[in-house]
Amino acid sequence: MTRIAIVGASLAGAHAARAIRAAGFDDEVLVVGDENHLPYDRPPLSKQFLTTNADDGHEYEKLKLRVTKEPGALDLRWRIGAKASQLDLDERALVLATGERIDFDGLVVATGSRARLLPHLLVPVEVAGRVCSLRTIDDAVRIKQLLPSDPGRLVICGAGFIGLEVASSARELGHDVSVVDVAATPLSRVMNREAAMAVADLHRGHGVDLRLGVGLSTVATDGKGSRVATVATDGKGSRVAVGLSDGSELTADLVVIGVGASPDVDWLEGNGFDLSNGLKVDPTCAAAPTVVAAGDVARWPNELYDGQYMRIEQWDNAVEMGAFAGTRLVAALNGESGYASFAPVPWFWSDQFGQKIQLAGLVTPDSQIVIGKYGDDRVVELFSNQRGVLVGALAWNRPRHAILARQLIADRASLDDAVEKLAG
Amino acid sequence: MSDQDAGQLKVVVDFDLCESNAVCMAVAPEVFEVRDDDFLYVLNETPGPELVEKVRESAERCPKQAITLEASP
Ligand SMILES: Cc1cc2nc3c(=O)[nH]c(=O)nc-3n(C[C@H](O)[C@H](O)[C@H](O)COP(=O)(O)OP(=O)(O)OC[C@H]3O[C@@H](n4cnc5c(N)ncnc54)[C@H](O)[C@@H]3O)c2cc1C
Ligand code: SF4
Repeated sequence: MTRIAIVGASLAGAHAARAIRAAGFDDEVLVVGDENHLPYDRPPLSKQFLTTNADDGHEYEKLKLRVTKEPGALDLRWRIGAKASQLDLDERALVLATGERIDFDGLVVATGSRARLLPHLLVPVEVAGRVCSLRTIDDAVRIKQLLPSDPGRLVICGAGFIGLEVASSARELGHDVSVVDVAATPLSRVMNREAAMAVADLHRGHGVDLRLGVGLSTVATDGKGSRVATVATDGKGSRVAVGLSDGSELTADLVVIGVGASPDVDWLEGNGFDLSNGLKVDPTCAAAPTVVAAGDVARWPNELYDGQYMRIEQWDNAVEMGAFAGTRLVAALNGESGYASFAPVPWFWSDQFGQKIQLAGLVTPDSQIVIGKYGDDRVVELFSNQRGVLVGALAWNRPRHAILARQLIADRASLDDAVEKLAG
Repeated sequence: MSDQDAGQLKVVVDFDLCESNAVCMAVAPEVFEVRDDDFLYVLNETPGPELVEKVRESAERCPKQAITLEASP
């Protein structure tokens, strides 16, 4: 018997499984996942899941991915609630946290990423229960339970997509919201300044207290002499006091830390892989002859962007790369060679205050707005590289344009051509 | 795994779920179109066998899992 093991029971792993079956592999496919749930969809967790009021069991049903809605259809074996603690590449075996060894012939690494916590944050035990991050359905259920039923106060640390979406959901529920970020603009890692300022205006216009250029304060020491950020009780014990670096203080019923995610690669150590910022794979998603990786955990050279290394924490990339890696793995197990490269145009969406923001490709300094202007309901901005080739498109409430631009980027259209096709 | 010979298939979109993000249009423009009014239009509810794989791919790629393929009577 031949066995493919998939580690990570989520989006990339599920789509790898689908592709493995579609490629005709009919031996055992074993999926190992350390959450206590079958694969479910994460994007709603910061959006509809927080704002809709149904019982959680029912909501979980709605979040389930298709592969788990039709169990048996792909004939997968599941090991749910099982953590892979080590990979023995030479012996082609996984070691689970329980010590159990599982041999495999092919491996899909799909362990995604984990919410990052502030490395220098000191949280006293009395308020630890009110400081959360958001990555899993369990996190989302906990946040929902902690949200007061009467309007209360939230402090969100980090103005990235997840922080801003939680801010939007919490405002919709009537809570007061402060968002704090050390950067001068929200979404500073992905967006150009103009678009980011429009996002800031959107939030301020909906009553979010957005504090940019300030962090959680660094006034305490950890005993070893390092300076650490602190949150404290407000004295009455029921609320959290958050000191900021500009000297001000906020109190909150709930603090959400949304400062990004780190790829889950610890279990891969000791096998000679390059694990700096995710598992490095080749342009065909392979880390070793029958080991592939996909989704948030993987870093690969995207040939569409001159071989620039990318690690992409986006839904569509997990779907596409998972499927690609699954197909690639079956081909390798069948002894085929001459694989295609994985060279997609990244694409994602974010929903905030009813606005649909989509970005295809990358943002660059060279751009042209073809529809509207920032502040309008609808905006489309196109980005090119120095050679005048279209490499990115940002669309507000223009999904059709985002998708058409994505195709033009894949076709390496010139900016001028794209402007002509998409304007108006 | 293909059920192309399982008879005519019908494309069903749950418009309560659909968010018009047009992923389906990118995969199968013959069948799905998001127009300038931001609504998704199904151009061909009963695609022929040559389109079935594309429509299936659209259904898998839809971020809202809004597309299903049903056996049409
Ligand atoms: C709240 C939220 C909102 C989002 N919204 C959007 C959005 O609007 N648009 C968008 O494009 N993207 C969004 N994303 C991003 C998107 O959900 C991710 O890119 C996607 O989930 C990545 O899938 P993945 O399978 O690679 O990794 P993950 O979904 O992170 O799954 C990895 C799985 O592997 C498990 N695992 C890790 N280590 C081990 C181990 N050693 N053994 C066993 N199992 C292990 C993890 O517990 C997890 O279940 C959002 C993410 C979050 C958290
Ligand atoms: S991909 Fe899904 S959500 Fe998007 S337009 Fe098509 S049916 Fe609607």
